[in-house]
Amino acid sequence: MQQIINFIVRYKTALLYLLLLVISLAFTAQSHSYHRSRFFNSANWISGTLYSTSEDITSYFDLEEENKKLVEENKRLRKQLFNQPAATPLTLDTTALDYEVQTAEIVKNSYANPDNYITINKGAKQGVRQDMGVITSNGILGIVEHTSNNYAAVQSILNSKSTINAKIKNTNYFGSLVWNGKKYNVVQLEDIPRLVPLIVGDTIVTGAMSSIFPENIPIGVIQKYGLNESQSFYSIDVALFNDMTNLKHVYIIHNTNRQEIQELEAKISDDQ
Amino acid sequence: MNTLRFLLLILVQVLVFNRLNFFGFINPMVYILFLYWYPIKEKRNLFITLGFLLGFAIDLFSDTMALHAASALTIAYMRPAIMRFVFGVNYEFQSFKLSNSTRIQQFTFLALLVIVHHTIFFTLEIFSVSNMLLILKKVVFNGMATLILCMLFISLFGVSRE
Repeated sequence: MQQIINFIVRYKTALLYLLLLVISLAFTAQSHSYHRSRFFNSANWISGTLYSTSEDITSYFDLEEENKKLVEENKRLRKQLFNQPAATPLTLDTTALDYEVQTAEIVKNSYANPDNYITINKGAKQGVRQDMGVITSNGILGIVEHTSNNYAAVQSILNSKSTINAKIKNTNYFGSLVWNGKKYNVVQLEDIPRLVPLIVGDTIVTGAMSSIFPENIPIGVIQKYGLNESQSFYSIDVALFNDMTNLKHVYIIHNTNRQEIQELEAKISDDQ
Repeated sequence: MNTLRFLLLILVQVLVFNRLNFFGFINPMVYILFLYWYPIKEKRNLFITLGFLLGFAIDLFSDTMALHAASALTIAYMRPAIMRFVFGVNYEFQSFKLSNSTRIQQFTFLALLVIVHHTIFFTLEIFSVSNMLLILKKVVFNGMATLILCMLFISLFGVSRE
């Protein structure tokens, strides 16, 4: 007994170091699972408040540019609206809508790490839930991973854990969109079969397989492609439409049918 | 004084340097300066715990889980060994002061802290052997940026030489 106590006293610094190191490594290892621990993300109260305070101050500097972006988007939407064939009279019934859209502002952006998370200023109180899609006026941005009362942490597409269903525009060839962590403006589209004709410059959009994003949200264009190791699938570099370094206003998309879809899919996997 | 430094360095790191993204990936980690400036004579256990808390506070803000905590903790633990290597046995004397040592010694001390910290941080962050080059690139460039900025901070706010 005496020896054990002597040992502890003698090596107390090293033991303290090891203890703290194990704690921090445990937190880190936990983060490699799909959903991270609830409390340690920038959507918590302290960092959320600090970031939104600083955002309040700095947001004035790029108001003009943001306005231009919004006007540009309005212009595009108007053009689409005017060029549409006379639409069938819509029944304005909110229960029939498939997707609900909410706006939010980014209070913390990040794109230099292998796992990037973006903090936005809407949270559980405003109805934001886990697994809602987040897009900007230019294209896809990420998926809500955690919410606190007033903030949400979004898993950016620039995250090694992110996989998003995507396809080549106007076809139904789909693959999954991942990121290799190298360039913040290039993501990778995997699993497109070899027989698909590809051209550099083709547009990549979200696929219909996801219950998070609506179909045909723009992602980027093909920058270059090559066969992967197995020689039967393409590995495609996609240049993003979004400038991930300069983001402000985002839209949060809520698929009202998601629960139903998931229940149905769960039933299938239960049967198997 | 140390409390103030602790808080200020967290704020500066989180609000300024984490957003720098120079060339798209360079974010200097100036909070290491806390561990550089911290008095030598203080209790070691307290120092290690402080290193851990400092890193963890940064982690909370930057969605890095406990990567900063692990690396800051490690350099806090290794600091006496590094100091013995850089300053020789001198540093154990009562009269030793960081500001009395030569420029080169100060620089080497800081550089070693930065290198150890960055190596641990980026290795854990990327955590794959196949990306060795990426890790190396990040360690080298971020390390240089951190060093330069820390030297600037030291010459701006450090204790002047007698």
